[in-house]
Amino acid sequence: MRAKSILDLIGNTPVVEVPSLSPVDDVRLWVKLEGQNPTGSVKDRVALALIHDGEATGKLTRDKTILEPTSGNTGISIAMIAALRGYRFTAVMPDNASSERVSLLRAYGADIEFSDGAKGTNGSVAMALEMAKDKAFFMPFQYGNEANVRAHFEGTGPEILKELPDVKAFVAGLGTGGTLTGVGRFLKEHDPSIKVVAAEPELGELVYGLRSLDEGYIPPIFDPEVLDGKVKVRARESIVWTRRLLRDEGIFAGISAGAVIWVAQRVAERLSGGGGADVVCLLPDGGWKYLSTEAWTQELDVAEEQVEDVLWW
Amino acid sequence: MAVQVRIPTIFRKFTNNQAVLEVDPGTVAAIVDQIDVRHPGFKQQVLTDAGDLHRFVNVYVNDEDARYLDKLETRVADGDTISLLPSVAGGAPRR
Repeated sequence: MRAKSILDLIGNTPVVEVPSLSPVDDVRLWVKLEGQNPTGSVKDRVALALIHDGEATGKLTRDKTILEPTSGNTGISIAMIAALRGYRFTAVMPDNASSERVSLLRAYGADIEFSDGAKGTNGSVAMALEMAKDKAFFMPFQYGNEANVRAHFEGTGPEILKELPDVKAFVAGLGTGGTLTGVGRFLKEHDPSIKVVAAEPELGELVYGLRSLDEGYIPPIFDPEVLDGKVKVRARESIVWTRRLLRDEGIFAGISAGAVIWVAQRVAERLSGGGGADVVCLLPDGGWKYLSTEAWTQELDVAEEQVEDVLWW
Repeated sequence: MAVQVRIPTIFRKFTNNQAVLEVDPGTVAAIVDQIDVRHPGFKQQVLTDAGDLHRFVNVYVNDEDARYLDKLETRVADGDTISLLPSVAGGAPRR
């Protein structure tokens, strides 16, 4: 493979079967390895689409600094693309994001503004929205920008269908809702019977405890109608299945991948007996950025606590 | 056996600070009613005036979002667990 720019290597990620993780003989589980993107996550697709859209609509001009609330992956992707295109970039992120993410952002040349970690991603979103009132900033805002959905509708979705023309179910994690909405819409336009199921993190009690219902947030681009199911997954199950991915299939994925696998197994059980099915899981990133949590190396109870202490989703 | 209902911190001021309630099986709607009898005002927090689930409240029956099951009519059996959680964006850490 030869490319004229690293940006040409975004997308077209491989899909690989993980037979040992399917709970039933007649359903094949596949994983799409988004960690194979240039900066190591699915967010390269989104960042490229956001910046293209900003340039195409004239909102992003040379004099602007790009600003985005991000738990890490999107920021790293934007930082890489912004540097190549000659824009400054400021990421707003919770002050307890994993240290690898902070280091990576700085390595790619981003400035970082920290929001209160106790307020999680909602806190970053609120802080960035406030900062963006300053016209010196261009905020693509992945939570509300249809370019995020489009990246998956035009890229991720067709790639899946090309490799697995008879796919019966798609499982991904729910963050901005961009992946599920974009891929889900694309697959359902092809075949409305394809199931689209979300894995969602069950976060620590204190996160929920600190907020009121008025602080609830549903990303504007997320279309709940595209889902057939939504399942919450604890950090513990996510760690267990992220470890199994590595041990049994040699796949070193980020911790939310385990949650997606856990949910896909439930989906597979339900599809069993229907004459065979392919279920595809989107694994959003590799494990590198989570090494400091010791998710693979510590005793499970300790790993669970350490994972819950950082942004694992 | 009974149905266990896990109550998040933000609703505990309506349940005498109890984190887990035990209720009888039935639909989610009937269970919300049972809790409201014991803790008047609870229902008003979880449901809208029109009787629908509050937009920012997720109800999970055995970890599955009831919005994608039969919503408030989802049957909950002996031994099942219900969790109520407020919706949050993207990811959010514990502290």
